[in-house]
Amino acid sequence: MRALHIKALRDLWHLRSQALAIALVIAAGLANLVMSRATLESLSETRQRFYDDHAFADVFAQARRVPEPVAERLREIDGVQAVETRLVAGANLSVPGFDEPVRALMVSLPDSGEPLLNRPYLRAGRLLAPGSEDEAVISEAFAEAHGFAPGDTLSATIYGRQRELHIVGIALSPEYVYQIQPGTVFPDFRRFAIVWMNRRALEAALDMDGAFNNVTLKLAARARGDAAIAAVDDVLAPYGGLGAYDREDQVSNRFLSEELRQLDTMARIFPTIFLGVAAFLLNVVVSRLVGMQRDQIAILKAFGYSNVAIGLHYALLVALIVGVGVVVGLLGGIRLGQWMAGVYQDFYRFPFLEFRMSGGVFLLGVGVSLLAAFVGTAHAVIAAARLPPAEAMRPPAPERYRPALFERIGLARWLSQSTRMLLRNLERRPWKSLLSVVGLAFACAIMMVGRFQTDAIDYMIDAQFRIGQRNDLSADFTEATGPAAAHELRALPGVRQVEGYRNVPVILRHGVRSERNALQGLAQDSVLKRPVDRDLRRVPIPAEGLLLTDYLAGQLGVGVGDVVEIDVLEGRRRSVQALVAGVVNEYLGVNAYMDLDALNRLLGDGERLSGVLIAADVEAEADLFRELERRPRVAGVGVRRLAIQNFYETLGESMGVFTYVALILGGVINFGVVYNAARVSLSERGRDLASLRVLGFTRAEVSYVLVGELVLLVLLSIPLGFVTGYMLSLYMAVSMQSELFRIPVLVTAPTYGFAGLAMLASTLVSALIVQRRIGRLDLIGVLKTRE
Amino acid sequence: MAVPADIVFHARGLTKVYRMGEVEVQALRGVDLQLRRGEFVVLLGPSGSGKSTLLNILGGLDVPSAGEVYYEDHDLMRADDRGLTAFRRDHVGFVFQFYNLIPSLTARENVAIVTEIARDPMTPEQALDLVGLTPRRDHFPAQLSGGEQQRIAIARAIAKRPSVLLCDEPTGALDSATGVKVLEALERINAETGTTTVVITHNADIASMAHRVLYLADGRIVREHVNAMRKRAADLRW
Repeated sequence: MRALHIKALRDLWHLRSQALAIALVIAAGLANLVMSRATLESLSETRQRFYDDHAFADVFAQARRVPEPVAERLREIDGVQAVETRLVAGANLSVPGFDEPVRALMVSLPDSGEPLLNRPYLRAGRLLAPGSEDEAVISEAFAEAHGFAPGDTLSATIYGRQRELHIVGIALSPEYVYQIQPGTVFPDFRRFAIVWMNRRALEAALDMDGAFNNVTLKLAARARGDAAIAAVDDVLAPYGGLGAYDREDQVSNRFLSEELRQLDTMARIFPTIFLGVAAFLLNVVVSRLVGMQRDQIAILKAFGYSNVAIGLHYALLVALIVGVGVVVGLLGGIRLGQWMAGVYQDFYRFPFLEFRMSGGVFLLGVGVSLLAAFVGTAHAVIAAARLPPAEAMRPPAPERYRPALFERIGLARWLSQSTRMLLRNLERRPWKSLLSVVGLAFACAIMMVGRFQTDAIDYMIDAQFRIGQRNDLSADFTEATGPAAAHELRALPGVRQVEGYRNVPVILRHGVRSERNALQGLAQDSVLKRPVDRDLRRVPIPAEGLLLTDYLAGQLGVGVGDVVEIDVLEGRRRSVQALVAGVVNEYLGVNAYMDLDALNRLLGDGERLSGVLIAADVEAEADLFRELERRPRVAGVGVRRLAIQNFYETLGESMGVFTYVALILGGVINFGVVYNAARVSLSERGRDLASLRVLGFTRAEVSYVLVGELVLLVLLSIPLGFVTGYMLSLYMAVSMQSELFRIPVLVTAPTYGFAGLAMLASTLVSALIVQRRIGRLDLIGVLKTRE
Repeated sequence: MAVPADIVFHARGLTKVYRMGEVEVQALRGVDLQLRRGEFVVLLGPSGSGKSTLLNILGGLDVPSAGEVYYEDHDLMRADDRGLTAFRRDHVGFVFQFYNLIPSLTARENVAIVTEIARDPMTPEQALDLVGLTPRRDHFPAQLSGGEQQRIAIARAIAKRPSVLLCDEPTGALDSATGVKVLEALERINAETGTTTVVITHNADIASMAHRVLYLADGRIVREHVNAMRKRAADLRW
């Protein structure tokens, strides 16, 4: 090997701790990048393949009851390639040994065999036998949660009638990759199932002979989606059509798209921070190295090494550091990506989800790492290459010091000589000090972001379930029912209060904007459901006009006092105008509320309820639930306690991991910055410090000058870190918001405290490592040689 | 221009001004000089007299502010950076007061770093043998004494078989006994290889081993002395 290369390797070895700290920062950024980008690619590709192979439909529509021959008119719509009519309905399941409500979405499959669209992917067993009355195929996630296998039986209450179903197969569907109960945000595999049955069997169970209530359509590639949707709406309107929608509004697909969007955001923010910090650290370390090796550069040039050779020599050293970071980052990213794919596979049910790192991601990762290295070190490396040899022979011009700002503003007499040393030193390199503070602030911010999500989730649950929604149980009716149903429930044992509500599908319009949504009618004096404002204060249901979720108001571009148009998609399908009377703050879903009586008047079908909210004694909950489930008119029962429990079960684990990972990542940056700052200071000022020791300073007093400087940097960085952390949380919350859910920007005092303490703790670790080196300062040697 | 064949360096009216931080330093104020092939020349003068600047210019490490300087027929005044680099690589060996060894390379590697880019070098082992340090070749600079380090520096300087060897205070950081060993090495190389050797020193005793002594003061050559009888390095003491 060439002697110059040996030198590069030995220099690297000499710098190993600092190089490692930098390589770790690069690795953390790259691992983040690879994980997010590769997962993003894997997920999009897998989704596309699943959708293509299993004929995911383009348009979806629900109606009350449509005679089968009407399907012919749907087939005639311009651009429609295939039409699949079917029955979709809710049902309750009872699982032996599991004493909690289990909801199912019953989906019919054609008796003739495989459907044209949304074909299930069979994981185990077989599809339904033609003509079978009691066979069922169930969704994989649910089967796994309860250990069901083909051959088992299951009891289902469909339309109030109980029946035994024989499980023949376990399947997945492009329609239910993200499997959630309507109206919820997180999957609950134990309490929600997709069950496929033969069309004829479901027709019988639902009293729907010769009719369908759900249709999916495939459009030709050239077809205009909105035109087809309008045509479908026209055809289905007389049959209680609830408005057709495309993939964008299909729940499972919508959640997946949101997830991909978030991954994309992740893939941008975190790698940028890490690689930015890495660039800064490389700059500090390489500049110092070049400074220290002035004489070596001079001698190499004196013997005829060219500028290019010198430049390449230092570039090689940088490349080695980056190389270590890249290798660790790529391997770490792949490992994290595989782990992520596993997590995704739990939440998003694909037939397969293979984590694959494409050449593109590889090149991107290596490319941005090299770019960061270039930005960080180009200046120092070029300076080394250009250093005139005769000048390099001479020691560098002495550093210019001057009294620090604190001294200039008259605080000098309060400062000890050591304090002056450290202040002047910080001020002498204002950019370096500033960038150190910025880098440390990012470390602090990342640690905060890790905790912010946990805070936010707690707050969301509190706002949604404890303040906004106070019912213990809820029951949806199969169809709108008179108020007698509510009175009847009030008489059940353990029930403290019952309030009815009505839900109608509507399209809200304002100017050119429109949103499909449910309009919910609530009694003005409702106490079980109380929409609240941003400060969690109750917003009463107005006698006239609407309350809108803030996000919905934003989407429609309306505020209090504006008028929106409401197209009711049910009954007489009236269109009316209503005033926006208030805006409410909700984190899950979006809603529009109006007075129950006013809604009933608008619909004109009398005093009716879609369901009830129930407050009940805790001991009576289980009995009540069973009682409700037996009633034929009750389509589904919700238990608030279980909803909250599920929320935490689903998210708790991944939140914990996220907090932990963010802590480590923040720690990596903190260590990278503090340790490198300390080592560079030590190398720049070894002579000063040794001189102080010779003059009789104790080790602790000497450490104060060095460690005090670091602690000052960290202390300066923490407030900035708090601000940055808040902004980063805000950015993440804003970039993740959708009509599905919004994350509140809420950073609690414990989070600030946690991040601040974590910063100090990791600074302490770096300081202790450097402290040991101060103990080993060569007092005599350092004074004997020329600097 | 026509220069006698045995003249290696030819300089006239050399001046050099450089900035050091905020201070302007007039290092050379019109130096005229000729050095002959195989000559052993000592430059003597107090610090700040311009010795190092003159040496740096002769070695192509620096360019004068005004005047002219030739190495054989190479115009060093007008050479660009690339030309000066090639000149140093092919013709010049340097030895400095503080050895300037690369601390991360062993003795052998410190020599190899130069032989690797030279046109017709001796092997690092041959060079180390010339300075009597073969047994120490796998030691790092930090493991060697000052005299040994300086002899490694000399081995490094001569390994490429340079036509000129420029030494800036080669014994400045050494005690007299060690310094003599270093000078013996220089004397032997000058005698055996015929390398033109220029040694800067402010130690007047060393001057007695030179063919010729140039005295510098305040950026000018103020006196020249030719030794009728050279002393052997081994006989020097200070």
